[in-house]
Amino acid sequence: MVDSIVSAASVIAAAVAVGFAGIGPGIGQGNAAGQAVEGIARQPEAEGKIRGTLLLSLAFMESLTIYGLVVALSLLFANPFVG
Amino acid sequence: MYTFLISKIEVGSHFYVNFSDSLHLHGETVLVSSLVVAAVSVFLIIGTSDLKKTPGPLQNVIEIIYELVKSIAVTQIGPSYYSQFLPFVATIFLFVLGSNLSGALLPWKLLEIPSGELAAPTNDINTTACLALLTSLTYFSAGFKIKGIGYFARYIKPELFLLPINIAEDFTKPLSLNFRLFGNVVADELTVTVICSLVPILVPVPIMMLGLFASSLQALIFATLAAVYIGEVIE
Repeated sequence: MVDSIVSAASVIAAAVAVGFAGIGPGIGQGNAAGQAVEGIARQPEAEGKIRGTLLLSLAFMESLTIYGLVVALSLLFANPFVG
Repeated sequence: MYTFLISKIEVGSHFYVNFSDSLHLHGETVLVSSLVVAAVSVFLIIGTSDLKKTPGPLQNVIEIIYELVKSIAVTQIGPSYYSQFLPFVATIFLFVLGSNLSGALLPWKLLEIPSGELAAPTNDINTTACLALLTSLTYFSAGFKIKGIGYFARYIKPELFLLPINIAEDFTKPLSLNFRLFGNVVADELTVTVICSLVPILVPVPIMMLGLFASSLQALIFATLAAVYIGEVIE
């Protein structure tokens, strides 16, 4: 009984973890990409530099979502609370 | 439908090589990572053995890699100290790149091992944890070597009350490096697996391309962050 409650809670927690972890980085990545497009439109000759910086910072933001995903995966596949 | 999915995706087991009751290692990870180390070493030795004024195709690739790694080290660590840490940054970059690409490009399924299956070594959290711990060991020893005992002044740098946060940062840095690499590689493989089990033909290819791109980017990011951490200790 307790075990099934723990499993159900873990599944919900995994979904919530990865869902909420997607919100912040989504907003951040949108901001960053928008600013980069603006920068390229203003100064097309700096495109290469802007693209490199953009990709690097996008990957940094992406890693925040990945933390949520790691928590979700460990809840689903390596749950420490289920006996 | 439900049982179909469950039967296709399962939590695999490792290929344990036991030394004693409590001491064992993950055979598939050690095997693939030593293969990657060997491949990268052979590539570098062959590429640098016969250097010419007008580079051939192989030497061109080597020079591109060298310039990329050198620009990372110079911009993050600074022009006066970068040469001491360039080998470390380059090693991290090439190992992570080689293992990520080996997981994405080589058909490991063709090789059968007793249990588990061969995949990228960065797919195992122990590999990434080891890389992250090596990074923190490097920046500690870099700080000691260059600043001596004055290294500890950075823990109370802006203000004294930030001491707990500065200490906690030493633990969160390797942790975040570790989870970033591991999570990216596993997320990539998991996405491809799920889409392959839904539509096994043609549809997973763009996702695989995205994974190839993301895993090369992760190697770049791991190396950049290692250089950033070293650079902010010795600045």
